[in-house]
Amino acid sequence: MSIDKATVAKIARLARIHIAEEKQAALASELSNILGWVEQLGEVNTDDVAPMTSVVEVRLPEREDVITDGDCRDDILANAPDTDGSFFVVPKVVE
Amino acid sequence: MGGLTELTLSEARAKLEQGEMSAVELTEAHIAALEAVRPLNAMITETPERALRMARESDERRAKGQAGALDGLPIAIKDLYCTKGVRTTAASNILGNFTPTYESTVTSKLWDAGAVMLGKTNMDEFAMGSSNMFSAIGPAINPWRRDNDKRDLVPGGSSGGSAAVVAARAALAATGTDTGGSIRQPAAFTGIVGLKPTYGRCSRWGIIAFASSLDQAGPLCRSVEDAAIMLGVMAGYDAKDSTSVDVPVPDYVAGLRGGVKGLRVGIPAEYRVDDMPEEIDALWRRGADWLAAQGAELVDISLPHTAYALPAYYIVAPAEASSNLARYDGIKFGLRSPSDDLAEMYERTRAEGFGAEVQRRILIGAYVLSAGYYDAYYLKAQKIRTLIARDFSAAFADVDVVLTPTAPSDAFAVGDKADDPIAMYLNDVFTVPASLAGLPAISLPAGLSGGGLPLGLHLIAKPFDEATLLRAAAALEEAAGFDARPPGGGS
Amino acid sequence: MSLMKGATGDWEVVIGCEVHCQVVSAAKLFSGAGTAFGAEPNTQVSLVDAAMPGMLPVINKVCIEQAVRTGLALGAEINLVSVFDRKNYFYPDLPAGYQISQFTRPIVGYGTLTLDGLEDGVSREIGITRLHLEQDAGKSIHDRDPRTTHVDLNRAGVALMEIVSEPDMRSAEEAGAFVTKLRSILRYIGSCDGNMEEGSLRCDVNVSVRRPGAELGTRTETKNVNSIRFIKRVIEIEARRQIEILEDGGRVTQETRLFDADKGETRPMRSKEESHDYRYFPDPDLLPLVLEQSWVDEIAKGLPELPDAKRARFIADYGLTDADTDQLVAERESADYFEAVAKGRDARIAANWVIHDLFGQLNRAEVEIGQSPVSASALGGLLDLIADGSISGRTAKDVFAEMFISGQDAAAIVEAKGLGQISDQGEIETMVDSLIADNPDQASQFADNPKVIGWFVGRIMQATKGKANPGLVNELLKRKLGE
Repeated sequence: MSIDKATVAKIARLARIHIAEEKQAALASELSNILGWVEQLGEVNTDDVAPMTSVVEVRLPEREDVITDGDCRDDILANAPDTDGSFFVVPKVVE
Repeated sequence: MGGLTELTLSEARAKLEQGEMSAVELTEAHIAALEAVRPLNAMITETPERALRMARESDERRAKGQAGALDGLPIAIKDLYCTKGVRTTAASNILGNFTPTYESTVTSKLWDAGAVMLGKTNMDEFAMGSSNMFSAIGPAINPWRRDNDKRDLVPGGSSGGSAAVVAARAALAATGTDTGGSIRQPAAFTGIVGLKPTYGRCSRWGIIAFASSLDQAGPLCRSVEDAAIMLGVMAGYDAKDSTSVDVPVPDYVAGLRGGVKGLRVGIPAEYRVDDMPEEIDALWRRGADWLAAQGAELVDISLPHTAYALPAYYIVAPAEASSNLARYDGIKFGLRSPSDDLAEMYERTRAEGFGAEVQRRILIGAYVLSAGYYDAYYLKAQKIRTLIARDFSAAFADVDVVLTPTAPSDAFAVGDKADDPIAMYLNDVFTVPASLAGLPAISLPAGLSGGGLPLGLHLIAKPFDEATLLRAAAALEEAAGFDARPPGGGS
Repeated sequence: MSLMKGATGDWEVVIGCEVHCQVVSAAKLFSGAGTAFGAEPNTQVSLVDAAMPGMLPVINKVCIEQAVRTGLALGAEINLVSVFDRKNYFYPDLPAGYQISQFTRPIVGYGTLTLDGLEDGVSREIGITRLHLEQDAGKSIHDRDPRTTHVDLNRAGVALMEIVSEPDMRSAEEAGAFVTKLRSILRYIGSCDGNMEEGSLRCDVNVSVRRPGAELGTRTETKNVNSIRFIKRVIEIEARRQIEILEDGGRVTQETRLFDADKGETRPMRSKEESHDYRYFPDPDLLPLVLEQSWVDEIAKGLPELPDAKRARFIADYGLTDADTDQLVAERESADYFEAVAKGRDARIAANWVIHDLFGQLNRAEVEIGQSPVSASALGGLLDLIADGSISGRTAKDVFAEMFISGQDAAAIVEAKGLGQISDQGEIETMVDSLIADNPDQASQFADNPKVIGWFVGRIMQATKGKANPGLVNELLKRKLGE
């Protein structure tokens, strides 16, 4: 599958990574190569094959409904680039 | 003091037990060794004060008869493990000065066993790579040099820094992570032992996630016995990790010398790939012969979907990574590229913070999950995975372990393949299938290439059968008698 | 069929709701942080909720149980195998950059909810498409500072049940009734407290219009509507807005909108087309959830009597009207209260007192029935005093009001204030005789105008401050005046 500049721009937007205009074409080509290479999977018949979910048969582990965590605001905010001591602070969001 | 860094982990442990040296002496020797190998650029953060403090505490514990399984032994930690109070970067700019307020489960177990922390090792950014060239602090360098060639070589990746420090005798052992081969391939390139346990054997809690269904913690060491000792401490069920499996941890050292008489060793036809270097094929055959000479039975097997493993991996891993790396957004930790506009802040932070390979994989990942492509790519790859797992399952009905080469070449020069992502991906051709199937696998050094560089052999075993894996590896290690070393000091 | 009149003819309004219900549980869906409302910002946040590097989810078993209980209460299929998927998008209150939800295989499948008590008296069945479990997001606060948004992650990771209805509703009334009934069921089984002001229950309202019999029109989604009243208003506003557009020859844009209560209008949210590609895939940190049928059956056995069953039983066993029953069964606590009062007493009298007097006082005082100062047994005690003639019905009203304020029981108040009913035949007969003797003109009108008895009754009630037993008074007056 060949992807073009416009698709690169769209995926970059989805992934929130700014790709400079002048780099988009080269990236499109690179990604197209990779995608072309992985497409060989289409050769394999996978009708009636279930996607892999786990290596060995195990149940999803469950936790008890007790409060064991939280109340550690300082740890939560410790590494944030911008806080006011209580909240994370980000540029204004317009809804 | 020079001798102290020549010991294996197991030998050092014995000497500490016998009181022939103190943990502080052992640690000082390794701190000095690390300094000496700085040109390898293998460390992102060195923690000598912490190491010495831990060593002192270890000596105190030992004096009271309270020494643990790894007490006093200096090890290095891949910078993908969150270590409390010590900056953790994943070799990325996007984490900035992120300093975790928590300790990963696996490293907690190592410290609880008394191990000493030398520091955090270099790696490919977010574990994405097979060369350690894609790091925010620049490539790690292999302590090995090709005969008559001055060029720096890669130590392999992504756990390149861990492999380099162990090979350079600056750490007794190191932790790595293996997603598609990131412990085994660097072990092969640097002439050491690297083990990837069964998926779910070790906890992933506190290890920065790359591809959740593939990542596994594991040790890099200078002997199979060392790997068995390390695994015994690192492994174990963790209720905080829903993919951790509650299976008891056996004594991996106990059965190590059991030999391979009657062991059925599968030789998969499909691993004989086009353009396979003759010397690697020859080493593979030699390895098989060594095992046969010790009483193992060689069995030709077929793993029909082998060729599809790499492309399947390069769909699944980037897809999961694209989602796992969405949290790096400049809000809660790490780098922020300031802006008055939120969308711009996100986009510039991530563009500046992530290196090129990481960006490439995030974009591939977002693409293969996107509307209209999910079925053809991600779902398809997960189905191929089932087929690959079935291939192994069928083979394991007949054999106990599978023997293959570890890597399709010896270590290449820094800068090679940098512009050719697919060429880089092909480094993992032998290691990826075991990753996709979640099987335990190990690489051990078995010979030297024509250029004088280490070559590894690779064994794969059934789920949670690390005991058999290690036993077979020990037998191979003994037969191979690999005792070559990189030129002293590393530079 | 209820239709909206447009300028060029009638329109049918098609409505579907997606209701987000916060699960009643002590801890969050995938982490051990607490869920209580109103905590200081970022104090109910674990490392997992904040999506710190290396953190992993572990599912809370009570949240699973609550979802299954809710599914059973809706008569829905419980899917024994369900999968958690990641829904990927970027927003400051979504720390991981994805929400753990369920997309292709939710825990609960198709069910139904019956609406009674609609204006036209016809009962209606509304389909439930599915119910799934998902994480709630944190809160973004925009008005602390003009240039920045502040993020509180306390709510991030709290368990939500998203309940999706089929587009089966055709009017604001039906939608209001649907959410009201759903809320009632959730409160009955205790899986959600339904507190819309605190945000434990929020509704996304999907509205489209079409000519009767035509294909479905383009729908819009108005998000996070947090009261029944607003739900109805949104439907009316949106339907009107769409009808006007269509009648003018325009087309309705499929989009997400927000309700502005102050302005009384809906407006489009800032363009989110990119985020429609959520790139769902099964969360690799979790395995599929597999439930045992035997466990589900146990859960089913443990469910309390549900509103519809209770309603049917009240009508059959207590002989109450539909309207009265609806009021009593709306909340399980009210129903329980009523039954305690009605036990061993006249159910219809009990119902009247609960509905008119108790509910009336509670509403005025803005108190929930759980905090009623008058307990069921206390009210029962009051009704017993009426039944045995100790006080009159009229006095009882005053006594009740006093009970509500003071918390004392009826007997104590009657005693203290000397409000006991005068039922002594001799005493009343004396008063009647004397009143008739003093008012011969009125008395003589009785033969032609029996209604004049009312005047006599009134005088006696006045003289006794309402304490005379009215039955006795009437009986004696009739006899004496008739002589």
